[in-house]
Amino acid sequence: MSQKVLLSAKEINIILHRLACQLIENHLDFKNTVLIGIQPRGIFVAERLKKLLKEEYKVKDIKLGYLDITFYRDDFRRGEKILEANKTKIDFLVEGKNVVFIDDVLYTGRSIRAALTAIQSFGRPNEIELLTLIDRRFSRNLPIQPDYRGRQVDAINQEKVKVMWKENDGEDKIYLISK
Amino acid sequence: MSELSVNHLLGIKYLKAEDIQLIFETTDHFKEVINRPIKKVPSLRDITIANLFFENSTRTKLSFELAEKRLSADVVNFSAGQSSVKKGETLIDTVNNILSMKVDMVVMRHPNPGAGVFLSKHVNASIINAGDGAHEHPTQALLDTYSIREKLGDVSGKNVVIVGDILHSRVALSNIFALQLQGAKVKVCGPKTLIPKYIESLGVGVETNLRKALEWCDVANMLRVQNERMDISYFPSTREYTQQFGVNKVLLDSLDKEIVIMHPGPINRGVEITSDVADSKQAIILNQVENGVAIRMAVIYLLASKIKQ
Repeated sequence: MSQKVLLSAKEINIILHRLACQLIENHLDFKNTVLIGIQPRGIFVAERLKKLLKEEYKVKDIKLGYLDITFYRDDFRRGEKILEANKTKIDFLVEGKNVVFIDDVLYTGRSIRAALTAIQSFGRPNEIELLTLIDRRFSRNLPIQPDYRGRQVDAINQEKVKVMWKENDGEDKIYLISK
Repeated sequence: MSELSVNHLLGIKYLKAEDIQLIFETTDHFKEVINRPIKKVPSLRDITIANLFFENSTRTKLSFELAEKRLSADVVNFSAGQSSVKKGETLIDTVNNILSMKVDMVVMRHPNPGAGVFLSKHVNASIINAGDGAHEHPTQALLDTYSIREKLGDVSGKNVVIVGDILHSRVALSNIFALQLQGAKVKVCGPKTLIPKYIESLGVGVETNLRKALEWCDVANMLRVQNERMDISYFPSTREYTQQFGVNKVLLDSLDKEIVIMHPGPINRGVEITSDVADSKQAIILNQVENGVAIRMAVIYLLASKIKQ
């Protein structure tokens, strides 16, 4: 097993700034926009972006929710692993809102498919966009593409992208691990 | 832990403390789901569940059916009253006939104790016991202890008294197991005639004075007198029972602390508890019903995830 650093803390920070700017271009004051972090790993990206938008770009009111997709996945009873749920925390209705899904790695697209179904339980959004820090192109199982992407990676299927965050894993770093 | 140690839910007796912990954590998630504007998740799209009720039930049957539907399972219902059981068919035959229609899971209520265990040994499906005679009613005990945990923060270290007809109650036995497994102390209270002779061998205290029992406890679980199961007279009159073992507001207010009142339903208002107690803030009877759906969703979900494709 070997691993190489895909992005350092500094690079991640630059990318997050760019993503924040791109979000502002499209959503300006975030009046009708809500951010949804996809559990379990998307919430770290979402929290960072929220903090950036608030502190660096002075966006006043940002609504952020966590969406757990466990009960909407299409691999229930199909894998070896038993699926474990995480907390969903959405204190607002998404009816008529512009929703931005935020996740760390976009791989097969199946999580996002599940998230598209799950979010319907909270109303009918006006539109849904997808922001992902790492986009593993060429490995999609479904016709799903991000609207905002941090970095595109051409990883083959046996490889794994590991995203680490200071608040959870001790450091900001993204690794590409090959078996 | 992310998997139950059992393939069926036949009784609390067969569960470990970690199983209950896992069921409660999963219930937390489903409780959030059933409070959404749209209360349905698609997890069990490819699972079919048969609800076999060989004995009357409203609450439990509705609760199970709602739980199954909120998980998107396909549901078939069966009541003994309108079935071939009356024509002399055996239990195994009835269930195997239903299973050959490709059913994955069976929820069963049966008047005979051990019916679920018996079935689990002979048919190829996941079995959930929804009450077997005066034996066990595991989902009721799970939702009762979940409601205590929700109200008081923890079950461990709490004193719980179960009041009423212990002899004929499956709720009592399952509750005793579930409470002890989670570290609570249990006493039963009721007329001597309605308390099983060897109940103390389960580590349960017996108290025949209701006031003393209430002074001791944090939670009182009030059971109904099951007249339909009584072939002989166990106490002189309902009025006398109420005087001795009925909880009313005056009695509750005279205690020096506020205790939690639970009831598994159906309530006989004015017999085991008065209306003003049942409708008071101390009663969590309707919370129990709400939690029942979430608990059953969790149990069904966790058992279904163990069914091989």
